[in-house]
Order: sequence, then C-alpha cells, then structure tokens
Amino acid sequence: MIVRIATEGQYELGGEALARLDEADNALLEAVEAGDEEAFRRELGRVLELVRQLGRRLGDGELRESDLILPPPDMTLAEARQLLSGYPRDLLDR
Amino acid sequence: MGLLSRMSTVVKAKVHKLVERWEDPRETLEYSYQRQLELIQQVRRNMAEVVTAKKRLELQVIRLRETASRLEGQAREALRAGREDLAVAALQRKAELEGQAAGVEAQLKELENEQKKLEVAEARLRAKVEAFRAQKEVIKARYSAAEAQVRISEAATGLSEELADVGLALERAQEKTENLRARAAAIDELVASGVLEDRIQPAGTGDVERELARLRVSEQVQLELARLKREVGSA
Repeated sequence: MIVRIATEGQYELGGEALARLDEADNALLEAVEAGDEEAFRRELGRVLELVRQLGRRLGDGELRESDLILPPPDMTLAEARQLLSGYPRDLLDR
Repeated sequence: MGLLSRMSTVVKAKVHKLVERWEDPRETLEYSYQRQLELIQQVRRNMAEVVTAKKRLELQVIRLRETASRLEGQAREALRAGREDLAVAALQRKAELEGQAAGVEAQLKELENEQKKLEVAEARLRAKVEAFRAQKEVIKARYSAAEAQVRISEAATGLSEELADVGLALERAQEKTENLRARAAAIDELVASGVLEDRIQPAGTGDVERELARLRVSEQVQLELARLKREVGSA
C-alpha cells in the first residue's frame, strides 16, 4: 500500500500497518471532536511517525498513485475541523 | 477511517480532475513541465518573501529585547526611589515584551523549516517530471499500445499527485509567510504608535517614564529647597 504524507512524500507500507493506522485515526477523530488541540497534535504526530517508521520511502523516480493521503505534519485542529465539515454525519460518528 | 480517508478523498478528487483532462501522455508531460515551471517560480518568490520577513522579524526581536532591558533599568530606578508599584508595572511590561520576542523567535524557526521543506519539494518535483519523461519513452517502446496507455496513465496519476502536493506545500508556506508579515506589521504599528514603549499604565500609576521624571524633578526641588534653606539659615 502506498501512503503519502501531504507536503512530505510517499511511503510503501505493508497491510498490517493499516490496522494500526485505523486505530490512530480513531484517536485523531476523538481529539477533533473534543476540540483538544494538544491531543490532536500528539495523535497526528503518532500517525505520521508510524508511517515513517514502518514504511519504505519511495524514490524520486517512482511515480505511483497513493492509496491513502495523510494530512500534512503541521495541520492544525482548525484545519482538521474544516476538512471534516460537510462530511456525512454517519461517517463522522463511525 | 475518518480524518485520514477524508484527506485522501479531497486530494484525490483534485488529482483525478487533473488527470481526466488529459487524453494523451504528451499533454500530461507538457502540462507538468509548465506547472513545474510555475511552481518553481512561485517557490522562488516565496523564498524571497521569507528572507524579507525574516530580516524584519530579527530586527523586531532586537528591538523588543532592547526595550525590555530598558524597562528593567526603569524598574531599578523606581525601586531606588521607593516606588515599588512603578517597578512592578515596568517588570510586568518587560515580561510581556519578552513573551512577544520569544513568540517571534519561534515563528522565525518555523519559517526556516518551511523554506527547507519547499527546497526539498521542488527538487523532488523536478526529479519526478524527469522520471515521467523517461518512463513514457520506455513504456512506449516495451509494451503494446493498450498496455502502454494504462501504464502511462498510472504514471501520470502519480505525477499529478506530486504536482498537487507541491502546490499544497507552497500554499501552506505562503500562508505562514503572510501570517508572519501581518504579525510583523502589527508589532511595527505598536512601536510607531508608542504603545509598545510607553504603554505602562496600570490603574492610576500613569506612565512609568513620566512618573520617574516627576520624581526626579521633585528630588531636584527637594535638594534645591534644602540648599536654599541652608543659605537662609546661615545668613
């Protein structure tokens, strides 16, 4: 699976990483819903670190479409909220 | 997934809109070259703006720190004159300015990081456009027309994603530069209006500098009074 960290680059990850990403994503959503900036920054940092550590960085000559695109490392809580606004409620509620 | 899939959806929508416009890989390449040139120009312009903003902020940090140390001198003077209230007001203001200076310094650091990121992104984009040009030829030589079409279109999607990503990085850098500029302008305005230097006015105490001047004057008056008294007394 190819995962891109926006503004940073692409990584190739094995399937088992997906479950961990999903977990981290839940924690991220909780932080957004709670309006907790600190928790959001921490969880986002955790997700991205996971990808950097488990993944192989794609070379500059490799042209591949990403299966998943993660937010940029400096995304703020306000930006995350904006991104999620207008998202169907049932998906937000999981 | 929540936030992560949402980010994917938004970016992918942009990328696919781009890719759908091209029927021919030549168009992809041409557009990519063109977009790459534009992006490189924008990156250069942004870097120049960052340099200007940085200089301005560095000057402001110096000025904030100078004002802070002057306030400390004033606090000392106030204490010597037995005016603890004034000393406290000056020290409070000093702490505020030091907070401002630290904030500006943190932003300076962020700006430097932003600049480095842009440089890396620009280099990567250049490499990817080059890779696409090379791969297009190899694929055409090696595969049947139908197969080549599929492979080239995959590579084109990868390239478009890269273009979109550099665009995003640039947008974010520009936003940060703009914020910094606004902040620098706000501090400049504070300085120009005298607020930054003179606004030490807790309830009833008035301006520290003026108050100290008044004390100095009254000391002078006392001294002169004492001298006159002595003269009169010895006569």
